[in-house]
Amino acid sequence: MIPTKEVWNNALAERHGKELCQAFASAAVAVCGLGGLGSNIAIALARAGVGKLILFDFDRVEITNLHRQQYKADQIGMYKTEALAANLREIAPYIEVETYTERIAEDNAVTLLGGADIVCEAFDGAEAKAMLAEIILTEMRDKYLVAASGMAGLYDANRIKTRKVTSKFYLCGDEESDVAAGIGLISSRVMLCAAHQAHTVLRILANNFEE
Amino acid sequence: MVKVNGEPLDIAGKSIAEYLATTGYDTKRIATELNGDIVPKVAYADTVLKDGDSIEIVSFVGGG
Repeated sequence: MIPTKEVWNNALAERHGKELCQAFASAAVAVCGLGGLGSNIAIALARAGVGKLILFDFDRVEITNLHRQQYKADQIGMYKTEALAANLREIAPYIEVETYTERIAEDNAVTLLGGADIVCEAFDGAEAKAMLAEIILTEMRDKYLVAASGMAGLYDANRIKTRKVTSKFYLCGDEESDVAAGIGLISSRVMLCAAHQAHTVLRILANNFEE
Repeated sequence: MVKVNGEPLDIAGKSIAEYLATTGYDTKRIATELNGDIVPKVAYADTVLKDGDSIEIVSFVGGG
């Protein structure tokens, strides 16, 4: 049986304290791209009690996604937005989830992302990553951007790091291991990078990010 | 001198576009920060680097 909202929130407050709970619960975080990064980021944020997630992906779940992305075998063929929203509601029944299957581009990003406090860039392609970074950081200067670059392969886990590039721009990853260059993406290393991103979001919300 | 990713280079007077043309960067896969602000790509040609500027080029690689 699913606990009532009150019981649920009390349990979270017991873990995190009321102040932190409030900071997480009142936040709206956009996750752009729901692959290995985005699906893991969303789950970490939902578990921590982030109040609202805005999910973006135009793709459907494929069998080739299941080695690293947080979907299930019986979700093959579903839109990732739909599948992830269902999985998130199983984990955190009172979370607010908004989903979009539009492709984020230069001409719609400002409108689509307007409601987010923090934007997680979790795209696959390098050019899409650079495009989103430029739009957020030059046209939406009130937003924080938590982006990712370099998490492919079986390289050392400890090379994945978080770096503050500007006051509103954090970059997670090793900044060099390109998916095109080697053996592709491995679940644990993508998860590490996603965890860096989710953790950075929570630290921004907690207002606790030292230089 | 202009600091590029922490390294002092003698490129004052060049535009960002002129400097990037001398490097291997693919401008579609980078974000460029000048003195704490991201410079939009359309401004690369008109943004001239001055002595004392600090510029950082962030490269994006694929995977997600």
